[in-house]
Order: sequence, then C-alpha cells, then structure tokens
Amino acid sequence: MAEAVKQPLPVLVIGGSMVFLSYLITGIGLGSVYAIIALGYSMVYGIAKMLNFAHGDVIMIGAYVAFFALSRYNLPAVAAVLLAIAVCTTLGVLIERLAYKPLRQATSLSVLITAIGVSYFLQNMAQLLWSSSPKIFSSIVGNRSLTLFDGKMSIAYINILTIITCIVIMIVLTLFINNTKIGRAMRACSEDKDAAKLMGINVNKTISITFAIGSGLAAIASVLLCSTYPSVYPTLGSMPGIKAFTAAVFGGIGSIPGAFVGGLLLGIIENLSKAYISTQLSDAIVFAVLIIVLLIKPTGILGKKVNEKV
Amino acid sequence: MNETPVLQVKDLGIDFGGLTAVNKFNITVRKHQIVGLIGPNGAGKTTVFNMLTKVYDPSRGTIELNGQQINKLSTVEVNKAGIARTFQNIRLFDNLSVIDNVLIGMHNSIKYNTFEGIIRNRRFREQEKEAYQKAIDLLSIFKLQDLMDHPASSLPYGAQRRLEICRALATNPSLLLLDEPAAGMNPSETAELMNTIKDIRDHFDIAILLIEHDMKFVMGICEEITVLNYGTTLAFGAPEEIQNNPEVIKAYLGGA
Repeated sequence: MAEAVKQPLPVLVIGGSMVFLSYLITGIGLGSVYAIIALGYSMVYGIAKMLNFAHGDVIMIGAYVAFFALSRYNLPAVAAVLLAIAVCTTLGVLIERLAYKPLRQATSLSVLITAIGVSYFLQNMAQLLWSSSPKIFSSIVGNRSLTLFDGKMSIAYINILTIITCIVIMIVLTLFINNTKIGRAMRACSEDKDAAKLMGINVNKTISITFAIGSGLAAIASVLLCSTYPSVYPTLGSMPGIKAFTAAVFGGIGSIPGAFVGGLLLGIIENLSKAYISTQLSDAIVFAVLIIVLLIKPTGILGKKVNEKV
Repeated sequence: MNETPVLQVKDLGIDFGGLTAVNKFNITVRKHQIVGLIGPNGAGKTTVFNMLTKVYDPSRGTIELNGQQINKLSTVEVNKAGIARTFQNIRLFDNLSVIDNVLIGMHNSIKYNTFEGIIRNRRFREQEKEAYQKAIDLLSIFKLQDLMDHPASSLPYGAQRRLEICRALATNPSLLLLDEPAAGMNPSETAELMNTIKDIRDHFDIAILLIEHDMKFVMGICEEITVLNYGTTLAFGAPEEIQNNPEVIKAYLGGA
C-alpha cells in the first residue's frame, strides 16, 4: 500500500498508455479482418448493386477448408490458405451464377431474400457435413507474441500478420481497380451497366470476377480470423459478416478506402469498448456509433455524394 | 459498286405489346458514307438505333453488318462485331475520368487477363502504356487531352458530347451511330462538330449513321438521308431530293 502511494505518477501513465496501445493494436488487428471482409460486401454492392448476405458464410466454408487442410492433411499454412482461396473463389462464382444471375432483372428485395436463403443453405450444409460442434483451429503462426518494452507490452504475431495482410490487400486492390482493364470495367458497370454493354463490356463476366475477388478475400479473412479466434463452427461467419457489412456501410458502401477505414474504426471501437467499458455492451456501442455516423453523414465516412440531376 | 455495304437493314420491325413502333424499315449504309436518319419526334429513330445495337430485340427483319447477320448477337457481341454508338441523353461514366471513359471503350482490344492485372507483369505494363497513348491520341482529335484527368461529369455539355463520340470510336467500330450529336450545341460548336465528324470518317475510314434534328447540320454533312415517320421509311435519297419531297414536308409541317 505504501509502495503504491510512493510510486511516481509518470510510470503509471506510461504503463497505462502501454496497455492502451496493446488494446489499440489488437483492435486494429480485428478491424483489419473486418476490413478485408467488408471489401467483399462493398465491391459486390458497388458493382452488382446487391447485398450478398451469404458472404459471411463463404468465410465459414473457407475456415473449414483451411482447418481440414491444416489439421487433417497436415498441409503447410501457405498451401492451406491457397486451397481455401481456390475453394471460396469457386464457391463465390457458383453462388452468383446459380442464385443471383437468374435474378438480374428482379427487384432488389428478391435478390436480398435469395442471399439470406443461400446463407442459411450454406450454414445447414456445413452442419450436416461437419456437425455443429466446434473444431479447434490451430493458428497459422502459432500463439506466440512479440514482447516489447521489457514485457510491458505484447502483440500477438497473428495481429501483425493480419494488419500487414490487410494493408497489402488494400494497395493491390486499389491499383487493380484504378488502372487495369477489368478494374475499369468494374467501375463502368457500377456507373451504368447498359452503357458498359454498348461499349463491349461483358457485364456478367465482370460481376463474376467481382464475386471471385470478394470470395477469395473472404478465404484470406477466414484464416486470419480463425487464427485469432480458434474455433470453427457452421455459424462462424454470421457475426463477422454482419460486423463487416456494418463496417462497409460505416465507411461508405461501394468505396474501397471506405471499407478499410470503416473496418479499422469498427475493430478499434469494439476492442476499446470491451477493454474500458463493458464486454457485453461493446456491440451495442459499435452500432450506436454507426447510427450517429449515419445520422451525420448518411452515405458513410467516405461515401460518394449522390448528385441528383434536375 | 457491288461492294458489300457496311450496314444493310431489311424490313426491320418491332412491336411493344400491341403497339408497332417500327415496321418495314430499310436502310443501307455503304463504306465511308455519312447517312442521316431524320423524322418527327416519336417516329422511332432511337428505337432503330436500339435495335441495331440489340438493346431491343427486333420482332422482324434482318440486320447485316459487313455481310454478316447480326440479329442473333448480344449487345456486347454487336459492339465487338463493329457497331458503336452515342446516346441522345448523354450517358458517360460520370464519376470516371475522361481518359478512363475512353480506355473503357478499348476494353476488348486490351488482351491481358485478370491475373496479369493483379501481378502487373510486363505484358500488362506494355499493353496499358500502349492503350493509354492511343487514348490520348484519340482525345487530342477532339481537343479533350487537357481535360483527361477530370471526371467526365465536370466537362461542359459540348465537350461531353465530343467525349461520347471519342469513347465510341475507342471500341474500333466500322459503323458509328450518333444519336443527336449536335443537340444542345451552339451554332459555332455545331459547325465545328460537322468538320470533326467528316475528319473522323476520313481518319478512321468508317461509315456513320446519325440521327439529328438540326436540318442545316443534316443537309450539310449527310450524303444520303432516310426519313422515318410513324415507324416506317417515308423517303430516302440525297439531301436535295429530301428537301423537296412533298411527303417529307407534309410530315414535318403537318398536312394542310
């Protein structure tokens, strides 16, 4: 007791800021996963003008694929990730072809309901195939942490890997969208599909590629997510899916930097709320912030202003 | 004289429900020709363009492009076969830059695949560089090169019309369809556009079919004119013949 009183104040502050910093970095790590998932929602929304609520369940499938590759077949981590990407990409394109493409001319509500249907279908299929009992995912980088400042602060390696992966994906994707012919075709489709067709752009193929990229990213997100929260079960994708969708709206749906900013903010707010306010209330706080942001800026933080021509 | 025409349309017709919008429409556009399609409002001119580009499926008749039947093709395939168009109400990709609008027109002439685009290999870099240069060349014909990084929507009206033509030309067509290219332009802009259209016809060696209400423009630029009224061909011939055709005058001014 006497010692505590004698302890100089600055050390306490530094100690406190170290803890804060750890929470912040963990939050950025979580946010990075949300950002990667949010990209899938955002790109598909931007180009196909639909909310693909089955996106979260593609993550779940990716997690199972990676789990079996790692634990059953003892494949190296890289091979497991590549396999998950291949399976999810194929699945994403297949879902689009079979479930959404026939509804291209239908109302957006029909497409939305179909997406929810696909989501339940995937969850139930997973439950039938692999049972509902959780499987333990072994992290692709182990459970080690980087210790800094004489042990005052530790950052899990998976957090570092997640953050780096997210940044690399953002850079590559931004370059891809901005200056490749497929990226330009995507932006053209997002603006005016009929005019795009008349310029010789195959809109269906462009939408397929968008789903392929979004689903491939979902596979990467699944491995990172399960390396942090190591259990794999059929409804695993629901909550991250909803959160990432929120992040996409938060940042401005349809915008790639928006998904990035939205994802990071969501992860940080969630983690800091858990640490300093209440674990139970953290989700409520996240959504409360979302509502406030949307009240002030209805198109999201980096959302496009809708110009109405008179 | 026996050369295959660029466009040969025979007995083209379309019904919307019970309404026959276009019926027995015929037109021939030869190589290097500028042909006008005129008619009163609601005559079906844009509907004809929409059928030629397969936005609408014709109910009857045949469309031949350079001797090849294109009735069964999709909109994208029609563009690849060689028809490009502009729109009556400008439809640029508004939020994209001027040069991106043109590069989108070049989509099918750029050959690298998605994966090469992700890893940005040499083939990607070479082809992008080449396309970029071509786009700049095209833009400079229309005096748009200084505006190439601006969003298309920020351009003045006349420049947007020119950009639409530029984007259509980027798809490398053998037939260019212009839907009221001079609409909303002032007389000096219209005069300049007439010269530009003649220039691009010579420069790219293409045939042009255009819809226009400005009679000075049509009479000054078209070598042949087809008049459409109530969805059918009312008359066709050289500008002088059309100007003096009593039926055409009646259709435009109303029967006395």
